Amino acid sequence: MARAVLSGNEAVALGVKLARVQVVAAYPITPQTTIVEKIAEYVDRGELKARFITVESEHSAMAACVGAAAGGARAFTATSSQGLLYMSEMVFWAAGARLPIVMAVVNRAVAPPWSIWCDHNDALSQRDAGWIQLWAESAQEALDMVIQAYRVAEDERVLLPVMVNLDGFLLSHAYEPVDAPEQALVDRFLPEKTPAPYWIDPSNPRSYGTIAAPDTYMEFRYKVQEAMENAARVIEEVDEEWGKLTGRRYGGLLERYRCDDAEVGLILAGSWAGDAKEAADALRRKGLRVGVIRLRATRPFPAERLAEAVEGMDAVAVVDRSLSPGLPSVLAAEVKAALYDRARRPLVKGFIAGLGGRDVTPLDFARIVELTLKSLKEGVGGVECYGLRGGGGGDG
Amino acid sequence: MASELPLTAIAAPTKGAAGRTGLWRTERPVIDYSKCVGCLLCWLYCPEGAVIRRGDGGVEIDYDYCKGCGICANECPAKAIAMVEEGVG
Amino acid sequence: MVTVRELPVEEYWLPGHSACPGCPAALGLRMLGKALGGRFVLVVPAGCTTVIQGIYPRTPSRVPLLNIAFAASASAASGLKAALELRGLDVPVVVWAGDGGTVDIGLQALSGAAERNEDILYVCYDNEAYQNTGIQRSGSTPAGAWTTTTPSGKRERRKDAALILAAHRVPYVATASVAYPLDFVEKVRKAASIKGFKYIHLHAPCPTGWRFPPSKMVEVGRLAVETGAWILYEVENGVLKLTGRSRALLDPSKRRPLEDYLRLQGRFAHLLRPENREQLERLKKSVDEAWETVRAILERGGRVF
Repeated sequence: MARAVLSGNEAVALGVKLARVQVVAAYPITPQTTIVEKIAEYVDRGELKARFITVESEHSAMAACVGAAAGGARAFTATSSQGLLYMSEMVFWAAGARLPIVMAVVNRAVAPPWSIWCDHNDALSQRDAGWIQLWAESAQEALDMVIQAYRVAEDERVLLPVMVNLDGFLLSHAYEPVDAPEQALVDRFLPEKTPAPYWIDPSNPRSYGTIAAPDTYMEFRYKVQEAMENAARVIEEVDEEWGKLTGRRYGGLLERYRCDDAEVGLILAGSWAGDAKEAADALRRKGLRVGVIRLRATRPFPAERLAEAVEGMDAVAVVDRSLSPGLPSVLAAEVKAALYDRARRPLVKGFIAGLGGRDVTPLDFARIVELTLKSLKEGVGGVECYGLRGGGGGDG
Repeated sequence: MASELPLTAIAAPTKGAAGRTGLWRTERPVIDYSKCVGCLLCWLYCPEGAVIRRGDGGVEIDYDYCKGCGICANECPAKAIAMVEEGVG
Repeated sequence: MVTVRELPVEEYWLPGHSACPGCPAALGLRMLGKALGGRFVLVVPAGCTTVIQGIYPRTPSRVPLLNIAFAASASAASGLKAALELRGLDVPVVVWAGDGGTVDIGLQALSGAAERNEDILYVCYDNEAYQNTGIQRSGSTPAGAWTTTTPSGKRERRKDAALILAAHRVPYVATASVAYPLDFVEKVRKAASIKGFKYIHLHAPCPTGWRFPPSKMVEVGRLAVETGAWILYEVENGVLKLTGRSRALLDPSKRRPLEDYLRLQGRFAHLLRPENREQLERLKKSVDEAWETVRAILERGGRVF
């Protein structure tokens, strides 16, 4: 394996190249731009034999990917923030059409106000679309995840598009040493063609995406749910197989860090898990048994694995890098829903932090643990907006 | 039921995709073959494809699907097609 | 020019579909299939043709057809063409979109595909309003026309989609009409033989939306051309030529009075009342201006720009 120092975005682009993607359609948006620029270079130099369609908008980017995938090609796009929201109609379309498209989303806050910095609201706004949503912590994982994503997406039991999320600037533009797998290894791991059922075939004409009356629509839509249930298994299988081939495995649906004897847990998604792990290590040195659960998949939501992972914990802090006004904490609500029916469950406290790229350090995670333990003593969970200037932001 | 369906809404080519659309008619075209000159304009202009070309070069109406729009009667240069009210006589 | 007898007998858009009686889009689809001998794939955005297909599990289309979101047809077609080429399949990709999905919500994607010179044929069937959602005005609705959102008659003039596309300098742009199906078939065949972006704007008189009896559909389309309200032409590599019936109508005295076209249509009924004379004159003026544009182009050897 070749080792190079790559940014998160460059790692994604390399994953696209190794996956032998055939059609790329993308529109630039900060901080995704270097992904598509790198891919354009690969195509221009003949290193990637693909058609790069320089579409005039993100909505068209996803539309072109839908057309390409329906035509039987392996398709890719990338976007962030406004671009993802703009293409939202087509994001839902890709999932309903059961097309194994992979999209990298470089997570960025949503306007207004304008912000180019990291938060997760963009991807989470699409959580009902029917896309598998995976989150990378490192550039290495981002590279591996793109390749794994095609394998999961194209599995006959799944046939759903996959969103590979990486934090804007914090991961997309951070440079790390990355091991690139050999092309031959990737070729063995990833079958050459996308599966047959959905190719447009002039010798077998069909009309795709016609009207479905109320007597069939519900079943068609529920098939997406069934595919998601399959995806939960397939994601674990694929990560395990990749682990055997490369020595790198990431825990499948979620990664458990020092959870075995943990009394309190931090639950989150994305690259700040690294900071959470540092906080856990520091707190452990002081005698507090802290563990970190990094959600690698938020769709399908890994309820079973989560329930197992929190066993023995008295309290968990779910840290959201997003805000759903009126709720307000997305992942905390989903964690609570997943644990609700369990006979024994930890206290769940939600934190909203890091919106619009606000820095969240290991010290902040340590403080979050402290606040969680305080809530545990008081017996009340709730949700708190962490670090809001001028006070306020919650009941904790 | 869900398992019997294909992956997504994928429909197969079918004559009468909307059923027997001939039932929509309130009047039907009737060809007077003594006047028909075989120009095929009725066949050309029928939006339904409900004018069938016969082996002998003539035409006939496919009453299963003809919606009775009357374009054939309107366009026929020989005035060989009359629109007759359905259910009368 | 192909003759009626030379057209394939095969139907590629099967009878018994959901279109209104007398639907011009259905006629256009029949002719498209015969023009290309059933060897093409269709990309269909939201619009009348979505509903004309009927409901799962049946479709009238004997060619592969990709339904797609309203604004997305030109982009989806671009991606589809790329995929088919990668598979070594040399099959035309044809967008079949209404005026809404072309000049309004679909214009951006269309413009992008044209600028990239994507190798697709884009056919706009223009029934001059958002007919499928119940006759609301579009950017292609002519001035003066009643629609549900312009109950007193549209004040603004329509967009000239064909000229907009010609401005993109694509290899082939044409106007056509379902009332002149052989002219349409010739244009489809010519377009399909060209590599790069091709656009055909097909006039589609809608009985339901324009308020006239279905039996008059072809006649209304013919009168549109005879009165000069619709001009048949093609632009090949930037050079314009009138085609068919329109060739004889450059001279305004050869055109029938516009009223002959308007009086058949309920959507223009108010225009023929004396109190609306001004609106009628505006509509006549816009027809004359369209011909003046064509005349000026022809006088410089047909160069559109």
